[in-house]
Amino acid sequence: MKQVEVTLNVNGKDRTVTIPPRMTLVDCLRDMMRLTGTHVGCEHGICGACSVFLDDEPIRSCLMFAVQAEGHRITTVEGLLNEDGSLSDLQDSFWDCHAMQCGYCTPGMLVASEALLAENPDPTEDDIREAISGNLCRCTGYQQIVEAVQMTAKRRREGAAHG
Amino acid sequence: MKAAAFDYVRASSVDEICRLLAEAGDEERKIIAGGQTLVPLMAMRMARPDMLIDINDVAELAGIDDHGDYVSFGAGTRQRAIERSGIVSGRLPLVAKAVRNVGHQQTRNRGTIGGSIVHGDPSAELPLAALALEATMVLRSTAGETEMALDGFFEAAMVTNIEPDQLLTEIRIPVWQDPRTGTGFHETASRQGDFAIVAAAAQVALADDGTIARAAVSVGGAAPSPVKLHALEAALVGKSADGLDDVIALVDDEIEPDTDVHATADYRRRVTRKLVSRAIADAVTEAGK
Repeated sequence: MKQVEVTLNVNGKDRTVTIPPRMTLVDCLRDMMRLTGTHVGCEHGICGACSVFLDDEPIRSCLMFAVQAEGHRITTVEGLLNEDGSLSDLQDSFWDCHAMQCGYCTPGMLVASEALLAENPDPTEDDIREAISGNLCRCTGYQQIVEAVQMTAKRRREGAAHG
Repeated sequence: MKAAAFDYVRASSVDEICRLLAEAGDEERKIIAGGQTLVPLMAMRMARPDMLIDINDVAELAGIDDHGDYVSFGAGTRQRAIERSGIVSGRLPLVAKAVRNVGHQQTRNRGTIGGSIVHGDPSAELPLAALALEATMVLRSTAGETEMALDGFFEAAMVTNIEPDQLLTEIRIPVWQDPRTGTGFHETASRQGDFAIVAAAAQVALADDGTIARAAVSVGGAAPSPVKLHALEAALVGKSADGLDDVIALVDDEIEPDTDVHATADYRRRVTRKLVSRAIADAVTEAGK
């Protein structure tokens, strides 16, 4: 099968891989770059587990071929960590609220929630439910996920106020 | 689920895309923009193109422009850009209402208006609003450029009248100049953001005496393709807001719903009537304000 060389900017670093054009971005991230934080669920754009940032917008990495991502900045769940490698405030809030059970949907939930908070620092419960509506949690732990996003928003506002 | 192998070309101009399509020969060459419909079809092997022509780098294929009596959309304009556009919310409020029902933030960031139209899904929201407003499409090939009405473009579910060598470059949606206009959009879906089981779009303009002077109504999910309800539109003219029930019964003659895994034909018929009624009621109320 024909292979192509592709350079992708992932979490701030350029990585060059040789892959067939039919390889999806999520398979490239996981199998070629060993960034297994991004999960692959349904492989046809229903479950949201594979959500990553393309430039600054959340997308589904199973609905994009890796060759298409050349020239764009990709941020995966690994890229959400603080610079010292500790959990981000959003990840901390997921921990504090028990916003994960099996953990399969968690990377996608984190990406969808971070995208919401970047655009809307003070979201209503409806805003949060709308933002994560494209992400399935089969443990049905939605309530705690909503609470974790609310907790993060509150902590960020208080942090900014004390800034 | 993995797509079958294909050759990949990242195109840099409309001319290059048209040339690649014209030179396809026996090969199946498909355009990829957002990929939100095409990639799932490829993953399920319902589509197996030999070549994908990526049009995302062609800047002239994206953008929203106000031309006064119509608004143009580059075929590659993202649904997210439409959702955030001041031109759309100000000039095409029906399209603004429709796009809020399209998919989720992750899919709207990639999905395009052109992709929504050329795939011909029977219940997609943007084609429905565009159809109600009598949109036209600009199609390019090496033979030149043609403009085609959206009404009549949809042949059957997922089948449209675009030729294999044609590229959809632009969608033009007319802007009504009538002073008292209103819009309504209603749909029912299994979950927020899913494809609609049934969706209805309506735009009306009122005369000075409060009767309906002009009406545009379309429904999705009620036939193999989105339907513009011409007979209903004509019958609405001259009517006042109350007592539209008899007119709305005309919907039945213009739709041919099917039974599928999501809903029976009978359910779709009843829901269509109700959603059309609500969309028109919203439009009349908004126009009267």
